[in-house]
This record gives sequence, structure tokens and C-alpha cells, in this order.
Amino acid sequence: MTTLRAAVGLGVLGACALVLLTGCSTGPGSGRAVATVTLPVAPVDEATRLLWLNRVSWGASTATEAQLTRRGLGPWMREQLNPRPAALPTAAQAQVDGMTISRTPVDQLAIALEAQRKAADALPDEDQKKAARQAYQQELNRLSREAQQRFVLRALYSPNQLQEQMTWFWMNHFNVNVRKDNLRALIGDYEDSAIRPHALGRFRDLLGATLRHPAMLRYLDNAQNAANRINENYARELMELHTLGVGSGYSQADVQELARVLTGVGVTLRATDEPAPRMRPALAEDYVRRGLFEFNPQRHDYGGKTLLGRPITGHGMAEVDEALDRLARAPATARFISRKLAVYFVADEPSQVLVDRMADTFTRSDGDIAAALATMFSSPEFSASLGHKFRDPVHYALAGVRLAYDDRVVKNTAPLIGWINRMGEPLYGHETPDGYPLTQSAWASAGQMTTRFEIARAIGANGAVLFRTDDGAPLERPAFPALAESGAVRAALPGLGADTRAALADARSPQDWNTFLLASPELMNR
Amino acid sequence: MQRRHLLKLMGAAPLAGAAGRLMAAPAAGNAKLLVVFLRGAYDCANLLVPIASGTTDDFYRSARPTIAVPRPGQPNGALPLDAHWGLHPALATSVMPLFQKQQAAFIPFAGTDDLTRSHFETQDSIELGQALDRGRDYRSGFLNRLAGVLGAGPLTAVSPMAFTDQLPIALRGDAKAANMALGSVGRQAIDARQSKVIEAMYRNTKLAQPVVEGFAVRDEVQRAVKEEMEAASRNAMTSKGFELIARRMARLMRERFDLGFVDVGGWDTHVGQGAGTGYLANRLEELGRGVAGFAEEMGDDAWRDTVVVVISEFGRTFRENGNKGTDHGHGTVYWVLGGGLAAQAGGRVLGEQVELSQANLFQNRDYPVLNEYRAVFGGLFARMYGLSPAQLDRVFAGVAPRDLRLV
Repeated sequence: MTTLRAAVGLGVLGACALVLLTGCSTGPGSGRAVATVTLPVAPVDEATRLLWLNRVSWGASTATEAQLTRRGLGPWMREQLNPRPAALPTAAQAQVDGMTISRTPVDQLAIALEAQRKAADALPDEDQKKAARQAYQQELNRLSREAQQRFVLRALYSPNQLQEQMTWFWMNHFNVNVRKDNLRALIGDYEDSAIRPHALGRFRDLLGATLRHPAMLRYLDNAQNAANRINENYARELMELHTLGVGSGYSQADVQELARVLTGVGVTLRATDEPAPRMRPALAEDYVRRGLFEFNPQRHDYGGKTLLGRPITGHGMAEVDEALDRLARAPATARFISRKLAVYFVADEPSQVLVDRMADTFTRSDGDIAAALATMFSSPEFSASLGHKFRDPVHYALAGVRLAYDDRVVKNTAPLIGWINRMGEPLYGHETPDGYPLTQSAWASAGQMTTRFEIARAIGANGAVLFRTDDGAPLERPAFPALAESGAVRAALPGLGADTRAALADARSPQDWNTFLLASPELMNR
Repeated sequence: MQRRHLLKLMGAAPLAGAAGRLMAAPAAGNAKLLVVFLRGAYDCANLLVPIASGTTDDFYRSARPTIAVPRPGQPNGALPLDAHWGLHPALATSVMPLFQKQQAAFIPFAGTDDLTRSHFETQDSIELGQALDRGRDYRSGFLNRLAGVLGAGPLTAVSPMAFTDQLPIALRGDAKAANMALGSVGRQAIDARQSKVIEAMYRNTKLAQPVVEGFAVRDEVQRAVKEEMEAASRNAMTSKGFELIARRMARLMRERFDLGFVDVGGWDTHVGQGAGTGYLANRLEELGRGVAGFAEEMGDDAWRDTVVVVISEFGRTFRENGNKGTDHGHGTVYWVLGGGLAAQAGGRVLGEQVELSQANLFQNRDYPVLNEYRAVFGGLFARMYGLSPAQLDRVFAGVAPRDLRLV
């Protein structure tokens, strides 16, 4: 490949920043600079296309390969970086459309559930109370399961594969855990309204959207953070994990000051048509409510504050946004985010040169995520890394199913979600706010490998479980995918190592062959 | 003489004896170590409760108006350990009996000098066990370096195992280490022939060792769980949660592994942590049952040669926050348990201590660290395994061991 260069029109980014929320990321003509990747002019061969697919999408499939071939790598990458709204295949879209989380706004959902919880608690009869509480818990479980199913369907079948990968990346970066509180009811909306729309947009918008989402405020306890009753949890993680990175120069005093800035930023479950709480007129001006988000001035510390060596000058929510601006624009944030993106997409130890170039783009574009990614995709480091990044469990499971069943839409995502759980990376299940690790050393342990081989067998020998709609129905015959017939597999075969080909030759049945292929060292990488 | 079983490794060599490498006695493989990592920084001030009447007690209670554990003798009150410290009542039937048998000890004011108060940074830095002021090698955890030293020295072969679904940083490195979570052990899907074929596929890759080790451990765990099922049919085993895992760990460590690691999460109590009862009490109760179950399942002989150390990344603020919880602090309390704890250690609260007062709080906020973890572990390793200063230096470079005469 020739020397590559990022081509991002930086001239119009100032305008973009203003309109980003109203559709900047929808592509040409919207005012946002289109992020493009500079690629070699020579046509790329099938093997190279597969390598790109395996990195930019959730895993190569024959259908996506055909799409890429039709469009050409350059235009396809531009579409990936600048996605337009796109429907899923009918059979997948219908599943998503039927979900409660697709049909009911989150504030209605959460307020109704809160009423259900209170009604259950108020029941005088202990047995009735127990049953009602159980029903409440089951409804929460069902809602978080819907969110998992929706995520999986989109990851498997969305034409906007990069956006889906970035949605997972940011969900992990801004991790919340559904086991806390009522987060099971909030998680679908957190992903759909706070994360996905900004996954390739401007980092500052993404940061602001997570701060205004009840899932984050509940998870990191900021809903409890009030003047003179400080809770530092969110303030600390906001600097350590979301923006600057640990060891980048902020102090314990900064954590405490940011916690004061964040006092009053919280969640309300009062009915949407209820008036704001009564308070002094001077304070009432500062009151903010949007959906479940509430800034309550009565809980806010109005004293003077200093963050990272400079005073905060605004008041009320303006103070919070000022703090976020400062954090989002800090050079440490550009480096921290760029490095994490490079770890996710390029290498466990990305070169400092690459990270610096990405950080430079990030800074010059005022935190345009697609622009930083374009710099990365255009780099020689990226091309050289193709095929050498170890798949984490979510990548491994999704890639296996995409390869095995291509665009044939699964009817039952539960087995796939179960495989992901078994490998230790359940969706929305990481307990602590740091998110799952992204490096090979975290996932290539002895126990993990054994589990992966069992999952390879589950997909390879019994994959029809994905098409069984209820547990009573018999599995279709044959119960395994026709992997050897897949165009993507046939294209990949010549690139497999001698030991892998020897194993495939040892297979005693098609199920065996599938299992060995999916268990092979080559399939562990993307 | 409770020490003899652990000290038999050392022969006549004194601590940090010149020989370092000790005679390859038949019993040389008996010493076993399990490290339990409480992730999330548990509130040690409610594990070891300050009970000295007067200013200390007043200070504790005024700093914790809603979450202080009640005084000894009151309902759900602390269980006195000595004149200064009481134990959380949730451990009354699990750890307290071990303490009374001189098989448990506590080291308050323990931890690392890392001051970020970040869970993740501090967990990593403890597991790495490297100096803070130099570049880090993320591929070298302290338990792995210990395994390396032991494998080449006092023990002819050491078999480390993490009972976790990911290999923890503490066990990453050159010495081979296995891992497998024991919470749910499934049916074996890959048969012996397929295992061989898969091993052959990986023989020339960097993953060859974890693949082979993974199959071997899978077979061991399957066997142990099968035994457990058989035992259960005679003598119904009702344990679940961490206790079930701990009992399985004990079976595996008794028979196969010398060096174990497990982690337990859920300790980050910023909100509503409770006092003598409540959220934290429930977590402690489950942990205590697990530790006691582990000791019981090991059986007297193996337990005498075993040391369990319970650690956490840091402690929490001494004062409760605005939400009846606690925020990130500094020093914490380590637990040391074992059937062969030394007479001068078992049933005691050990290490350097300071009176609890506002003036003695670190940054007017939390416990200071007076017993640095690498020094404490270094002292323990020297005694358990008879390591020489040079060998200890390979585990914790540049750290002088602190001998608390634990075993």
C-alpha cells in the first residue's frame, strides 16, 4: 500500500459544531465535514477486502462482502464513517419494532414502573406483595433482555456496521451496569438516545448526552449528589474514565470541586405533567427538566469553584456545561480517547505516532470522532494490523454467527446472548465503570480458550438453535450451518495456516469441520 | 507448634537465610497460598470496628452517624477482638471462630502508596506489585513472579490457578498459569479427540500453552465437580454463591494447585451501605461463609499448610458521605487466615498501627498506609517458602520485607 493520508475537510467544522445535534452526522449536505479515508488507488483483492470487513464490521459475511465489492472499499468506508439512517432487513426490523423499548418512551416506561413498584410495596397481603414485586422485577428483566436482543440484531444485520461497533465501544467507555437500581428499564434508551446517535459524531455531544441520561446519573450515584451531601463517585469517573484519564494531572481537590459542580444534576420520576418543585424565584429560573433528567437548583452548591486551575464562571447547568467543555477539550482527553480507539481498532499497544496523529485530528476537529477514526483507518499502522487484533468475546460470537448464517435473520437471539455471557463479556453486565478490557491478555487465558472452543462447537454443530422460536419446537435439519459453502469461508480458506488446514482435513463430519474452523487461531483474530 | 508445617520447608534456615534455595524435601510442595481480592474497596472501618472506649469510639461514631456498627453487647454489635478492635457481627459464625482458634489475623493500615484513589489504577498497581515511580510492565503480576521464583527454587513445580473467567493481572507473566471460573461448570462439549485436533491447530502459535492448559484444567474441574455431586447425594451440599466457589476452590487446591487467586466484587458502597445489618453486612457474611467453607473443605491437614490473604485496593473515607455510604479512601485492612498461623500471629490484630483520631487520618479523610502491601507479602513469602533476599527481590524489586511473623 502507498503512503496514506487523512482527508478531512476541517474548514467547515466550526459550522458543524453548531448543527451537529440536528443531523450533522447524516452525511453530505448537512454542514458537517464528511470524514473520508484515503486509500491506495489500486483495486483491492478479495483477501484484503475480507481483512477490512473483519475489522470494520462485526465480522465478514458473504452479503457484506458483496456490498463492499459493489461499492468499492473507499466509498464503502465513507458510508461507514458517515452513516445514513438505514433499516434492518425486514425480519430483523419487525422484531425490533415489536419491542416495548421501541414503542414506549423511556420516561413513560420508568414512571409507570415506579408506580408499579410503589403499588406492589403498598399491598397489605404479604403473598400478594411478593407476587407483585416479582412481576415488577420480571418486567425489568424483560426490558433489559429486549435491549440486548435489539443490540444483537443491529450488530448482526445493520448496514452501518461501523456505527454499531462504535455504539458498543462507547457503551463500554461510558459503562453502566444494569444490575443496579432500575437500570434495566433505562438501558435501551441509554444506548439508543445517548450513545448511538453520537457514536460517530462529536465527543462533546456524546459526553453531554451521557451526563444527561438517568442511567449514568443513577449508576454513578450522581442522582444522590447534593450541596453539603457530596457524593464524589461520578465526578471521579468522569475525569478518570470518560475524559482525561487517570494520571493526567487532576487532583483529589479537582474531584471534589467537580462533584460540587455536579450537585443537583439528577433524575426525577415525577409525572411529566407535574409542575416543577416550588422554590425561590431566583432559583426557579435555573430549574431544568427534560424527560427523566432534572437539574434541581435547591440541591446545587452555588459557591465559587475552581476546576483544573481555573475558576468556573457560570451558574446552574451552565456551570456543568462549562466543566464538560473544559474536560472534553483538554489535550489529555484527545490523547486518552485516541489511544483507546487505537487499542480497540489497531493494536493492544498502538504506536505513539499513530495516537498523536489521531489526537491531533481530534483536537483540530473539536472532537469529531469520525475524523479521528478516518485518520486511523488511513494510517499504515492500521493496514499493517489487519488480521492481528484478538477478538474479544462479543466480537468472537457475533463474527461466528455472521459467518455461519450470513444475512439469514436469526429468530432467537437468546443462545447468542448466552454464548457472550459464558465468555464473560455480557452486554450491559460489566459491574464497574471502567468497562471491559480491550486487549488480548485479558481474553486469551486458558479458561477463555476452552470456553471459546465449546462455543465454536455450539455454533458449528448446533447453530439451528438460533432459528427455534420456542423451546418446544424441534430443531430444523440439519441443525448446523453450511460453513464450507459460504463464499466468505471459501475466500478465506487459502489464507489459513497449514495446521488449521490439517485439522479441517481431520474432521469426521460437517459439524466437526465447522467446529474446527470456528475454533481455529485465524478465527480468534479480526 | 503450629508453625512447623509451614516452616518445614525452611529447614533450619532463618528468615532470608543465605541458602535461599532449600532442600528438595518430599514435602516441599505442601505450602499453599490463596489470594482473595475484594474489588471495589471494601469499607474496612466497618470490618474492624474501633471499640476502645473514649475518644476513639466517639470519633468513629460521630464520623459515622448512620453507618457505625453498634458497640459490643448491643444488638448487631461488634465482636471484640482485643482492647481496640471489634469484628463486624456478620462474621460471628464464620471468621470469628477461626480467629478464636488462632487461625485468623488482621492487618489494619495496609495497602499501597498509590494515591490515585482510582479503583482500576490501584487494582492494577497492586496486582503488578511493581515500583510506582517507574514504567510498568503490564505482563508481569506479582503472583506470577512468585510462581517463577518458586518453580525454580523451593518448589520443584508450582501450579498457579485463577478461579476467574479472565486471567487476572496478578497471574500474568512468564510462569504458566491457568484460569477457570467455578460458578457454573457446564457439560463438556469438546471431546478428547477434538481436543487433540484443536491442540494441534495451536501448537505453533502463541496460544499453544493456554489451549493445552485450558483442556487440562477443564478435565480437573470436571472431575472435582463430579466428586462434589457424588458427595452431595450422600451429604447434601447446600452452599451457593461465593461459598460454593470457595469449596470448589478448596477441593482443587487440596489436590492440584498451590497458588490460587480469586476476586469478589460488589464493595463500592457509595450509597446506603448499612451498619450492623444491611448491604455491606450481607456481603461480609457471604465472604465469611466462603472463607470458612474453604478452610473446612481443605481439611485439617491441608489447611495447616495453607495461607489465605484477603486484600482490597484501598479503604474508604472514614467519615460517611451524604448518602449513608463512603467514598474512596486509602489504607485498608488485610485478612490473613490459615490453619498454621503462628502462635504470635493467629488471633491477633497485627502490624504497625496508630490511634484513630482526626489528626491521624490521612489527608483528614481516610486511613494512612503503615503496612505497605509488598513489604507485608514479602515477609510472608520469606517465611512460607524460605525465599532468599535475591529471590524476594525478583518478586518485589527493591522492597525490604516486613516480617510480621505470620507463620
